Amino acid sequence: MSSIEITVNVDEYLALNKYEVDEETPHIELVEDPDDAEFDKLIRVCPAALYKRDEDGRKSFDYAGCLECGTCRIICGDTIVEKWTYPGPTMGVEYRFG
Amino acid sequence: MSDFEVIVVGAGLAGSVAAYELAKLGKEVLVVERGNFAGAKNMTGGRIYVHSLRKVFTDEELADAPFERKITHERISLMAPDANFTVDFSSNAMDNPDTASYSVLHATFDQWLAEKAEEAGAEMIYGIPVESLLKDENGKVCGVRAGEDEITADVVILADGANSLLAKEAVGYEKPPANQMAVGVKEVFELPAATITDRVLAGSDDEGAAWLFAGDATHGTFGGGFMYTNKESISLGVVAGIEACANGDAPVYQMLEDLKNHPAVAPLIKDAKVVEHSGHMVPEGGINIMPPLVADGVMLAGDSAMMCINLGYMVRGMDYAVAAGQLAGRNAAVALEVGDTSAAVLQCYVEDLANSFVMKDLCEYYAEPAFLEGFTRMFRGYPEMIRDILNDMFIVDGRPAKRLLNMTWPKIRTIGIFNILKDVRGALSAL
Repeated sequence: MSSIEITVNVDEYLALNKYEVDEETPHIELVEDPDDAEFDKLIRVCPAALYKRDEDGRKSFDYAGCLECGTCRIICGDTIVEKWTYPGPTMGVEYRFG
Repeated sequence: MSDFEVIVVGAGLAGSVAAYELAKLGKEVLVVERGNFAGAKNMTGGRIYVHSLRKVFTDEELADAPFERKITHERISLMAPDANFTVDFSSNAMDNPDTASYSVLHATFDQWLAEKAEEAGAEMIYGIPVESLLKDENGKVCGVRAGEDEITADVVILADGANSLLAKEAVGYEKPPANQMAVGVKEVFELPAATITDRVLAGSDDEGAAWLFAGDATHGTFGGGFMYTNKESISLGVVAGIEACANGDAPVYQMLEDLKNHPAVAPLIKDAKVVEHSGHMVPEGGINIMPPLVADGVMLAGDSAMMCINLGYMVRGMDYAVAAGQLAGRNAAVALEVGDTSAAVLQCYVEDLANSFVMKDLCEYYAEPAFLEGFTRMFRGYPEMIRDILNDMFIVDGRPAKRLLNMTWPKIRTIGIFNILKDVRGALSAL
């Protein structure tokens, strides 16, 4: 995964967005121990950079900054994305510009 | 007896227009929107061609619409990592009120549209995601379920966008394939109106530019960059084919970051403040991935029906959503009058659509998505070839000048005359 060069910290941009995060119920869930190649696809396509690897290659995923676009569902809905729903009532991202 | 005659899922362009039409025809209609207000979950590049709105609203009504800027400059760039070639087109025809186009932001525009529907008599509820559809014993859709609540209706109009989780239940549509969908990532940059006007060479603060970038904007993979001027902000983003991006070498958000730093783009957003980072899918496959548009008790309109085209130099979806919403609303009303909302009667919507510009356009350009996806040299190859030819034309170093053709020919040969002819033929047959 060292082949993906990332210089931008998207978390800083997500911090500018308005969210109401549902801390209790994740609206996206991955299978346990997701396949490396499939996970790397999600690193590339998720516009919020929610799928990450650290220097040691350890994978992490945090649904809190989700933009609710559904791209991970389309590319990995049959492989490692086990659950994809919209956040519950009034939850999730709220665009002020859109 | 149903709770409502019609339930519309989604207060985007298709949904609110459908509800507006139904309410004006005296139908009891409820719009269920998962955002806390209309547009709260929606995102666009974006620009709307006004013609289909003009068939829904009067000139007086449209005068109050929160358009951002009239687009009076169309720019297309072939972008190499270290060069950028731009065509800038402006024309008096862009001023014509019948054919004008405007930049918009969904959070403001969709609210205006939803207000129109509400003023006409539609009921709106916000902050509620529809989780599933209700069906009667014959499998006919007869309402929606949200949490513990069940609300019934004679017709349900699905206008729930490109990532519809309900289309499968409604019409048996599995999710679209990844090579037919694109992911868009956008940032909004705040700037004073006059600064934007000056930077894009617009005539006034009510006018602006639309700009598409092919090539390095997506690191050479299938897709492109875009820029639209709003009143006091600039929308800048990247749209990349999901499959191509998943198997490419750069994350989509890194493409946007690099586009922002490209010397051809950086001056546009200099000293601007990022105020939002958003993402959305674009159903670029269009007609090739269109679900069935009706089933018993249910109709699909807008992005949920994949009504979108990407021609490379132009992306359209919002004017189709408006027109489809209008036709869905009117035909739902006809079915209610007849007292039969089965697929057989709702089929009149499909027929109306087929006779409208929506399906005519989508059918006309059916070959476009496959052509663009395979047009790899447009994203890496041609931008560099153009750079090399123009470097030869414009860079003067005092050495004896060569004739243009002698300079150009070797650059063309790097791609190959047959490859170029093949691409031209491909473009001509797809476009």
